[in-house]
Amino acid sequence: MATDPISKLVQIQTAKSAPAPAVAPADVSLDLETVRERLAQAKGPRYWRSLEELTDEPGFDAMMEREFPRYVSEWTDPVSRRGFLKLMSASLALAGLSACTKQPDEPIVPYVQQPEDLIPGKPMFYATARPSDFGAQPLLVKSHMFRPVKVDGNPEHPYSQGASDVISQASLLDLYDPDRAQSAIYNGGLASRKTQLPGERPWGEFLNDVRDAAATEKTKQGAGLRFLTETITSPSLGAMFKDVLKAFPQAKLYQYDPVNRDAARAGARIAFGQYVEAQYKLDQADVIVSLDADFLSGSNFPGFLQLARDFAKRRKLEGVDPKDATMSRLYVVESQTTTTGGKADHRLAMRASDVEAFAAALAGTVGAGGGGTLSDPKAKAVLDTMVKDLLAAKGKCVVVPGEQQSANVHALAAAINQALGNVGKTIVYTDPVEIFPSEQVAGLKELVADMNAGKVTMLVMVGGDPAYDAPADFKFGEAMMKVPFKAALSTHRNETAQLCHWHVPMAHYLEAWGDARAYDGSVCIQQPLIDPLYQGKTAYELLAAFTESPGVTPYDLLRTYWQGQTKAGEFESWWRKTLHDGFVPDSAAAAKNVTAKAVSVTPAKSAEMEIVFRPDANVFDGRYNNNGWLQELPRPITKLTWDNAVQMSMATYHSLGLKDWRPKFSPLLEVTVDGRTVKGPDMIVPGHPDNSVTVHLGFGRSVVGRVGTGTGFNAYTLRTSANPNVASVRLKVTGVTQSLASTHHQFLIESKPAGFIDQGEVGETETGVAAESRELIKSSTLDEYKKNPHFTEETLFYMGKIKSDGKPMTKEEAEEAEKNLTLFAENGHASWTTDPTKLPTPYDHQWGMTIDMNSCVGCNACIAACVSENNIAVVGKEQVILGRAMHWIRIDTYFESPGGDHANPRAFFQPLPCMQCENAPCEPVCPVGATVHSPEGLNNMVYNRCVGTRYCSNNCPYKVRHFNFLLFSDFETESLKPMRNPDVSVRSRGVMEKCTYCVQRINAARIVAEKEDRTIRDGEIVTACQQSCPTGAIVFGNISDPESKVSKLKKHERNYALLAEVNTRPRTTYLAAVHNPNPGLGPKSAESEHHAG
Amino acid sequence: MAQFFPHSANAYAKMSIALGVILMAGLGLSLDRLQRSPWVTKEGIRPEQPVPFSHNHHVAGLGIDCRYCHTSVETSSFAGLPPTKTCMNCHSQIWTNAIMLEPVRASFRDNKPLRWTRVHDLPDFAYFSHEIHVNKGIGCKSCHGPVDQMPLMYQNASLQMEWCLQCHRNTEQNLRPKEEVFNMKYEPPSRTNAVVYAGKTYLDQITLGKQLQIDYHIRGPRDLTSCETCHR
Repeated sequence: MATDPISKLVQIQTAKSAPAPAVAPADVSLDLETVRERLAQAKGPRYWRSLEELTDEPGFDAMMEREFPRYVSEWTDPVSRRGFLKLMSASLALAGLSACTKQPDEPIVPYVQQPEDLIPGKPMFYATARPSDFGAQPLLVKSHMFRPVKVDGNPEHPYSQGASDVISQASLLDLYDPDRAQSAIYNGGLASRKTQLPGERPWGEFLNDVRDAAATEKTKQGAGLRFLTETITSPSLGAMFKDVLKAFPQAKLYQYDPVNRDAARAGARIAFGQYVEAQYKLDQADVIVSLDADFLSGSNFPGFLQLARDFAKRRKLEGVDPKDATMSRLYVVESQTTTTGGKADHRLAMRASDVEAFAAALAGTVGAGGGGTLSDPKAKAVLDTMVKDLLAAKGKCVVVPGEQQSANVHALAAAINQALGNVGKTIVYTDPVEIFPSEQVAGLKELVADMNAGKVTMLVMVGGDPAYDAPADFKFGEAMMKVPFKAALSTHRNETAQLCHWHVPMAHYLEAWGDARAYDGSVCIQQPLIDPLYQGKTAYELLAAFTESPGVTPYDLLRTYWQGQTKAGEFESWWRKTLHDGFVPDSAAAAKNVTAKAVSVTPAKSAEMEIVFRPDANVFDGRYNNNGWLQELPRPITKLTWDNAVQMSMATYHSLGLKDWRPKFSPLLEVTVDGRTVKGPDMIVPGHPDNSVTVHLGFGRSVVGRVGTGTGFNAYTLRTSANPNVASVRLKVTGVTQSLASTHHQFLIESKPAGFIDQGEVGETETGVAAESRELIKSSTLDEYKKNPHFTEETLFYMGKIKSDGKPMTKEEAEEAEKNLTLFAENGHASWTTDPTKLPTPYDHQWGMTIDMNSCVGCNACIAACVSENNIAVVGKEQVILGRAMHWIRIDTYFESPGGDHANPRAFFQPLPCMQCENAPCEPVCPVGATVHSPEGLNNMVYNRCVGTRYCSNNCPYKVRHFNFLLFSDFETESLKPMRNPDVSVRSRGVMEKCTYCVQRINAARIVAEKEDRTIRDGEIVTACQQSCPTGAIVFGNISDPESKVSKLKKHERNYALLAEVNTRPRTTYLAAVHNPNPGLGPKSAESEHHAG
Repeated sequence: MAQFFPHSANAYAKMSIALGVILMAGLGLSLDRLQRSPWVTKEGIRPEQPVPFSHNHHVAGLGIDCRYCHTSVETSSFAGLPPTKTCMNCHSQIWTNAIMLEPVRASFRDNKPLRWTRVHDLPDFAYFSHEIHVNKGIGCKSCHGPVDQMPLMYQNASLQMEWCLQCHRNTEQNLRPKEEVFNMKYEPPSRTNAVVYAGKTYLDQITLGKQLQIDYHIRGPRDLTSCETCHR
């Protein structure tokens, strides 16, 4: 690309950043040559967290060596040191008195007539479903006194099986969002349609107005009437629309979601001549090929829960002799760094527009049409091996195309699967989830053309926000202004609502009746948990205005619809059972018998520099932009919060003439596509293909609410209908920087050995060896694992220590010596507390956890679940930058360059809750005993004792403790109060907090068990993170019961503890990762060489 | 320069130190007493209620079981407060014109709940469960006192942590046979009051308590005084 104007700007930028201050070694600059050189030499650790660490940049060590790396900036608060000390001395003097407060009188309000089923204080669970464009998520929602407080997957539904995703978890906060639209508004401040004053109106008035307008439309057979909805997956709503369209034969229904399945649908049309849904059975596949399909990182991919679970099933290596272990093999060709690529056995970074050529070449070699050859030798090598594997596993392999890939790639994938005989085995075709499958952008184009031509006289929008997220070339907002009557139903008064005559608040899915198809096609009933908090209405109620019975309730509508679908006389019992279960059993879509045609494609020539648009992992297409939980949840891989960024590879970054990158000083780029420009901060992502940038949609909203306002930039302004996924782009450095809140460099566990090891107490002190000795990540390949299953062998504290006779200890002696190191002897009883005069504990529970790094796909569901379960506060972008995010569990991401291939790193996802160490380093340093051990091995945190010294956090080698520097919990906003879990304290300012292993769930289960005079059964307690995990990576239970699942996993060959050598004896242990690369591919020798030295 | 302070000033200095110490100790002691006083704990205080409900009349006088009104005491952490409907079960038949009961009738008529003042109010960071206590042989009376003798409800104990702990450390002092939990007339065994449990006669509480600890699988003080038992 043209570099001249850019390089000038770059020089300015360089001049600014060149004199790096000596006090901040983290800001040492790197230039492109050095980076390439260093990357080539790769003298960094085998597992690295960022490219800075990999290149062994001096700044990185400095960051690690700081005593309080996470509190670096705490003295930047606008309080002088002197002022702070004054305040401190005063508050210390008064500290003792704070406990003497008198409780105010509290009212207690019983029911007038108590609902029959209610036991006050006991939660109730209701099955429901969260509708989404890709198919509903079946849910089971916990309700305390009829207030929904926790959302989880429906354990009985075959699709979710109890698992959930980040959006489902965080949708709870959406219900209680104080910024939701609360009442119908006429005119939203814009010019009046009638001579009425703008303002809030009752629903009835809206209904009258709509019915008047509809009556006028009726005379024209609805010729000017247009409906624009989000993707409809609800059978009853679909039926209702059909009825309305029958009554208004000239009216039209369009569906539009900015993140839609147009490519998949168009691909199916090419391959099969009709719309079909591909359902993959990854548990049946020995070889999986992803063509830019990010099916493991979250609900952005249709069918994520099932795909992740099925994928993990074949990677667990549980219950088999290591010698007979088998695993599936995953090839990923992808255009950005995703968790799917990280989990791959072979990953190939490739620009999005090149994937089509790759797919064509792949199709050509397996006899599925396509054709063409690849020029890149690396890609060719991967393709050759891939083809060999695929041909060897005919009928037991599958090719998955990416949602943001072209229709051709989808058609090619279908042809390849057909040619390999996978249809009916690893892939099943069914009818689409949508009631009206369509190619949505084409439809929207038609609507915009009609609006511009003045053909539309009444526009009714159900959900969605096209004024914000429609393709930029449509200028939807401008076209909309030509419509004489427009009404919108949506949860927030968003960009579209502002332009409408009427805006009606939409009921949240937890407030409204409905139904929807899940990804597998099964029908889920959406049962409300609570009456609408505000005057929210549903699509049914809006649509009823166009029928002869405008007053009908959604409940009656739904029942009437399903009454028509079931056998006469059986309806009542069917309805009760369906409501209870949440879904209609065996209603999954039946397999269709279709055959894919071989397709021939001519891959388009790709641009010099291209931009890829992707939905954000958390805020999706922008509809969750005002959700603090989602905004603050670090995105997989990048760990970015509160923003989107222009993501690119290090080489591309340096080719822009930019030097070192720090989240705090991220260079702002001017991104231009087709003459449309937006400014966005830059971000280097390891493994991103060169000459390509990725931006995420869903940010930069102009009207959204107190949380989302001012977050990120709006990538929709660059996205056109012609190039919704990939476009040619021009980048320009502006010379300005912006700070990004990435948690990637926060809460780092020191990967270099602790000080006492350096002093020569244990092992080698040579830096090279020592750095390797503190393995936070342990991994192996399947072949090596079979040869040496015990590759994770823990480092024993006493190993190699000198005995009194001068000889070093053997392994057995070290093991024996270690027994005395714990306060918890083999049977779990701490010898120091068993007072023989006191009663023994009748039940022996010792809690422990294992996390399988082979199963963890880094989807973040555990973090979202933990936030919801444990009332964890949102702190905001500024505080995240200061390292004050409060998440009790985080997912540390490490990379490894297989065979020194830094362009295609493997990722390791390590969820880090509190380790609940038996020898917890936090406990002895607490001056007030606020963190103490329980007899069951929990490391308790007592908030009321905590005085906020933060010694514990300083002494925690895992950095899992989080301090409430400010009053992060919102005690003020009324609407958030009923959302909180009543079983967990809401923490105030000045106390430390951390993972409790969901002690509230342990206590609840214990009370049930003790009432029945028995021990707690295995599986009776499920922690929030474990419950949400789609892959079952987290297992919790009683480790003193040898038959429990967790005990068995702890005996697994791959089990290892983090920092075992510091003898904290963590109760949370990890199962090491095992990969299954094809031995024929990649310089395996380089890897072993690296390992040796 | 002449001596500024006379020699006797030493005595004043010593005296003021001594007085200071006494003053500080006094202050500390009175704060300590204040913290435990009914002014803070609300022990023994009868707050004003919308209806002067008498447990004495309903329990001792009429013999209504605790669980008739406090329905969830055996199944939930919260014992449950009777809805207006429960009152009206009887009071739609008897005392239908009593002025005292007008708020109850009004509540039922207008579908507006009664607003009582909580008598036993634990701080929000303490998670107490009625369910486990009554199922493990802790009688209502052990914490709530002689409710059947209370014309107006009051808090019988301080409900402070030290008070909880004295039992959690020595459960045998308060355990009683499960079938006696709701019996307000039950007296713990003593030389003058024999209690028969499982066919055996007990004459002192400690012996009975120790037996019940074993039979009911009561967890030991090490478990029961662990922080997470009540705080999370």
